Amino acid sequence: MAPIIKTENLRHLYSEGTPFEHVAIDDINFSAEKGEIIGIIGHTGSGKSTFIQHLNGLLKPSSGRVLFNGEDIFSSKTFTHEVRFKVGLVFQYPEYQLFEETVYKDIAFGPKNMKLSEEQIDISVRGAAEFVGVDEELLNKSPFDLSGGQKRRVAIAGVMAMQPDVLILDEPTAGLDPSGRDSIITNILRYHDATGCTIILVTHSMEEIARSVDRLVVFNKGHIMMDGAPSEVFEHDEELRSVGLSVPEVSLVAKRLRQLGLPIDRSVYTVEQAKKALLAVRGGAAGAP
Amino acid sequence: MLRDVTLGQYFPGDTIVHRLDPRTKLTLTLIYIVALFLAVDYFSYAVMIVVLAACIIISKIKLRVILRGVKPLLIVIIITGLLNLFYTKGEPILSFWIIKITVEGIKRAVFMILRIVMLIMGSFLLTYTTSPVALTDGLESLLSPLKKLRFPVHELAMMMSIALRFIPTLIEETDKIMSAQKARGANFETGNLFQRAKALLPLLIPLFISAFRRADELAVAMESRCYNGGEGRTKMKSLHMAPRDWIALFLGALLLAGMIVMNVYKI
Repeated sequence: MAPIIKTENLRHLYSEGTPFEHVAIDDINFSAEKGEIIGIIGHTGSGKSTFIQHLNGLLKPSSGRVLFNGEDIFSSKTFTHEVRFKVGLVFQYPEYQLFEETVYKDIAFGPKNMKLSEEQIDISVRGAAEFVGVDEELLNKSPFDLSGGQKRRVAIAGVMAMQPDVLILDEPTAGLDPSGRDSIITNILRYHDATGCTIILVTHSMEEIARSVDRLVVFNKGHIMMDGAPSEVFEHDEELRSVGLSVPEVSLVAKRLRQLGLPIDRSVYTVEQAKKALLAVRGGAAGAP
Repeated sequence: MLRDVTLGQYFPGDTIVHRLDPRTKLTLTLIYIVALFLAVDYFSYAVMIVVLAACIIISKIKLRVILRGVKPLLIVIIITGLLNLFYTKGEPILSFWIIKITVEGIKRAVFMILRIVMLIMGSFLLTYTTSPVALTDGLESLLSPLKKLRFPVHELAMMMSIALRFIPTLIEETDKIMSAQKARGANFETGNLFQRAKALLPLLIPLFISAFRRADELAVAMESRCYNGGEGRTKMKSLHMAPRDWIALFLGALLLAGMIVMNVYKI
């Protein structure tokens, strides 16, 4: 099956042609399959935010191509506009873009721009609100009366309501408390399971995405440094640390235990997995004479 | 695209123009503007052009950069030029239909355009070579006699420096909100005037809210550091007039005197 979104030798220069010119991303070859959950991780300034803004055509590459379902997204203006709805992008701190009188109207902004009918808009707004856990009675409130966490949910629902095939979220949990973080990630995963869309999560917290993604892409200085399953990526803990990233602590513990000779699999990097693996080891040991 | 705005942008440097006291530079700019309006003939304009060129060369600011500031006002300049060209009475050298072009008209149009362009270039040279903080400090110091008349000089200077400080922040914020709304299919580029004005709402409302939020946060931050106006407030970098400032002011005074004499006696 062809990848739903793909980039070829993507390169972006900021302030092109001025003395301030610098390369933000270079030689990015990335592809995502339908239904995949991908984590993009990288230090501040590694180019990950620049990269994701290419995927829905907000930024135009200096060279290289972005393909959506095999078609160049800049092939025509109408297609670029269409792709904006197919590739939903939730920015960092999205609550600062709310502007309507009511939560309902704000979530409906995207679907309205898609020129959907009133009934279709109603269905997508209510559906999206439910996915992010925004109660029915909040829909007629002003978004400015909500708490920070609720605003964030409303803003995410505003993008979900466009029913995109690819949903990209830039640091969706930044600045939230742990329980708020957990529930937003859970909501996103629930949305994925229900719609089968592709999810791209950008973050710089390893712990957070380790347990939710199928694939991890590591950005460093504008390049893709690693791309693979989390267990493969976490193998390279030294390299990751050398570029200022950490690996989940559980994976370090598992690695150390492995070095001590315990039979713990390399794919162990979450608390749940570690618990299971350790119980299996103990069970095995208890069973031995 | 919004990043191209150069209004009040400071280009750090280490030339004598950069090092002059901001009060000197403000005074000299004022002198320069007055002298520019006193210039009436070829010779006096030539003197002003030489003065401006010398300042630009010494400051090592590229001419291209300074001319960039003129660009947004191009339409105003062209209209002024055309009005002067067509509506000056005198000896017609060209006339057809209702249009009459006179020698005096051409001369006045050229002078007028030159005056506006040089006015803009001169004031841009000031903001390009003086940091906003130094500029407001200088202004506060120059206006301080007005304090006697209970004019809130310090408050005015503080408001100016805060406004200047937040221009780049607000530009960045606008960029961000614009991208976010575009990601939801907002269209800022097409449609008639009414549609475009309406399309700006999703941009302006969040921008205003964030500006108010920032203002509130800044006020709290200032109060928690016990800011309460200019009374008894000291500065980390207090202004000092160096010998070069007095020399520059003397040269400025000389220029002004020369221009007055030329204007009065029409040399």
